[in-house]
Amino acid sequence: MVEQSYYNKADEIIAEHGTTQKSLIPIIQDIQAYYRYLPAELLTYVAKKLGINEAKAYSVATFYENFSFEPKGKYVIRVCDGTACHVRKSTTILDRLYKELKLSKEKHTTDDMLFTLETVSCLGACGLAPVLTVNDEVHPSMTPEKVSALLTELRGMES
Amino acid sequence: MNYITIDSKRVPIEGEKNVLSLIRKIGIDLPTFCYHSELSIYGACRMCVVEDERGNIFASCSEQPRPGMVIYTNTKRVQAYRKMIIELLLSSHCRDCTTCQKNGSCSLQELAFRVGVHAVRFLNNKKQLPLDMSSPSIVRDPNKCILCGDCVRTCDEIQAVGAIDFAYRGSETQVMPAFNKTLAETDCVGCGQCAVVCPTAAISVRTNVTQVWNAIDDPNVRVVAQIAPAVRIAVGDSFNIAKGENSFGKLVAALRFMGFDSIYDTSFAADLTVMEESKELAERLEKNEKLPLFTSCCPGWVKFCESRYPEFASNVSTCRSPQGMFSPLLKEYFKEKDAEEGKKTIVVSIMPCTAKKGEILRPDNFTDGKQDTDYVLTTQEIIRMIKQVGIRFDQLEEEAADMPFAVASGGGKIFGTTGGVTEAVLRRLATDKNYKNLEEISYIGVRGEDTLKEASVMLGDREVKIAVVHGLAATAKLLDRIKANEVSYDFVEVMACRRGCIMGGGQPPFAGARTRKSRMEGIYKVDTSSNIRYPDENPVLIQMYDTMLKGKEHKLFHRNMQH
Repeated sequence: MVEQSYYNKADEIIAEHGTTQKSLIPIIQDIQAYYRYLPAELLTYVAKKLGINEAKAYSVATFYENFSFEPKGKYVIRVCDGTACHVRKSTTILDRLYKELKLSKEKHTTDDMLFTLETVSCLGACGLAPVLTVNDEVHPSMTPEKVSALLTELRGMES
Repeated sequence: MNYITIDSKRVPIEGEKNVLSLIRKIGIDLPTFCYHSELSIYGACRMCVVEDERGNIFASCSEQPRPGMVIYTNTKRVQAYRKMIIELLLSSHCRDCTTCQKNGSCSLQELAFRVGVHAVRFLNNKKQLPLDMSSPSIVRDPNKCILCGDCVRTCDEIQAVGAIDFAYRGSETQVMPAFNKTLAETDCVGCGQCAVVCPTAAISVRTNVTQVWNAIDDPNVRVVAQIAPAVRIAVGDSFNIAKGENSFGKLVAALRFMGFDSIYDTSFAADLTVMEESKELAERLEKNEKLPLFTSCCPGWVKFCESRYPEFASNVSTCRSPQGMFSPLLKEYFKEKDAEEGKKTIVVSIMPCTAKKGEILRPDNFTDGKQDTDYVLTTQEIIRMIKQVGIRFDQLEEEAADMPFAVASGGGKIFGTTGGVTEAVLRRLATDKNYKNLEEISYIGVRGEDTLKEASVMLGDREVKIAVVHGLAATAKLLDRIKANEVSYDFVEVMACRRGCIMGGGQPPFAGARTRKSRMEGIYKVDTSSNIRYPDENPVLIQMYDTMLKGKEHKLFHRNMQH
C-alpha cells in the first residue's frame, strides 16, 4: 500500500490534465516521472477517476515498455541493443554493467536504489553506436572502459 | 451500380457495413475468429481475408463495401494465407485436443480442418502458464488463447464489466485481469458470455459433471433435479431437434434414465418468485420507498449492482431467484422422508446460466447457514452427460416431471427471456384473470429484443412505470440515467445476458440471429400451450401457501440481508 500523499499527488496531476479518458497516458507518465515508477495502486486509482476499467488501464501500462511498476533507481541506464548497436558490440557494454552493478536479466535495480539497468530496442541514434542513455542524457560510442568510468563518475556525484 | 462482385457474382449492397456481411449474404461461410456482429470490429484474426482484382489482400470484416468492387474469396493466395495463419496459431497453441473441454466444438480445430492444416512445422516454445480456477463459473486457460479479443470486447462492450483485457505486447501479449489478478478478485459477474464467444477453451465453463455422477452413483443420496425454463428450448440444439423447440419432456425422460430420483420444473419456483416479488412491489409502492424495485432473479446482475452500483443494492428485491427459492423448498419437502429412509437429498439445478454456479455459494442464499443448491449444471453440461450415456435424445418419448412441483404457469416459464419476469408479475397484479387480459399484457411493450423497453400500467389509481433492460452495458447506462434523475421507474427488470437466459452463458453456443429468434419464440410458445397462464392460479402453489409454506416464506424465499 502506498501512503495517502501518493493519492494527493495523483489528484494534483489528474487536475492538471483533466478527467477525460485520453489523459490516461499523460497522467501516468507524470506520476512515473515524479516517483520514478508507476505505483500499481495509483494506476487503479487514476483509472477509476477517468472512468476506465482497471484491466484496460493495465493493458495500456504494460503495452509501453516505458512504464514500470517496480521502483526504479535514481539513474536509469538504458543500453541500446538495436541492430546497429548490437553489431558494434553493445553486449560487452551490457555485460560490464551487469558485472559492476551486480545486476542480471531478472534483477534490474541495485539494492541502494541508485541504478536501474534496462535494454532498449533502438534509441534512434545508430550513428553514435554503441549508445546508452543515463536518464535522458545520451552517451555515444561506448566501450566497457568508458562504462566503468561513467559509473565511477555517477557514484562520485553521490558521495 | 450499387453492387459489388464476389467471385464473379453480382451482390447488391443493401446497407451492409462491411464486405464480410455481403460475402456471408450469398451463402459463403468465410471463416472468422474475431468477427461478431454485435461487437466492434477488430480485424485481428485475418481469417476473412479476400483478394481484389489488383491482387491486394485485405480483411473483409473491416472493409466498407464500395460499389464496383471486385473481390475473390477463394484464390490460391488467400487459401495459403489462411493456412499459414492457422499453422502459426497452432504452433503456439496447446494442442491436447482429445482431452480438451472444447473438443468437437472448437473453432480453431474446425478451421484447421477446413483450411487443410495437417502438420505444424514450428516448435512451440511458449512457456506453460497456470490455469485460473478461482471463479466458480469460469476457467481461464491462457495456454489456449489465440488473442482474438472476443472475450475482451464482450466483457467491455456488451457487459460493461471489463474484467479482462490484453496485457503486454507482441509475442508476450496475454489476455488477463489487471495485474494478473485471479477472476475471483475482479468484478467478474460470472455471466459466461466470454466463454460463449471464445473460439477455443481459453475461457470455458467450470464443470460439475463428475460430482453429479458421483452423487447419482451413491445409493444413500437422493438426487433431485430442477430444470430452468430456458433449458428446454435449447437443449435440443445438440440433438438435431429444431431450434427453439420445447424438449422438456425428452429432457425429463433422459434425466430419469440417467438416474436422477426426482425431476422438477424450476418454473414452479418462478411462480413463487412472482408471488413474493409482487408482494414486495405492492408494499414498496404503498410505502413509496426503495423504488424502483429491481428484480433479483439474475445473479450476474445482482453481483454487478453490488460491485458497481452499491447505491442501488437496497433497491434490489430481497427475493431469492427461482433456483434459490426452489432448493430450500425441495430440501424441506424431503426432510422427513430423508430421515425415514436414512438418505440425504442433493439438489442439482440445470440452468442456462454460469453465474448460477456462483449464486449458490452466496451466504445470503443459505438457509440455516447451509448451502441449498448443491450443484449447478449448465445446459451444455447436461448435454455432455446425455452424450456420455449415449441416449438418443431425439428419439426419446416425452415424460412428465414429478408431482407436485411439475405444475407451473406459463408466467413462470417465460422467465427465461427478457421481459418475461415483468410480464409474469403483471399477470399476477392483473385484477381480472381472463384471456383478454393476457393478450393485453403481452402487447404492453415488454417483449422483444430491444435492449431497453419501457411500459406503464395503472395499479388502482397509481401509474406504475416499468423498464426492462438486458445486457449489463445497457443496464449501466440506464442506472446512470436513473442516478441523474433523467428517468424514474417503479419496477426495473434486469437480465445480465442480452435477450435473457435463453442466451445465457451455459446455453449451447453458435447461436446466431435465427437461433436467438427461435429460442424467444419457443419460450412464448411454451407459455401459450400451458394450461395455467397466471402464476397466482397455480393450484399446487396456492395449496402449499396454505399448508407447508405457512410462516416459512421469509426464511425459504428471501435472502438473509444481514450478510
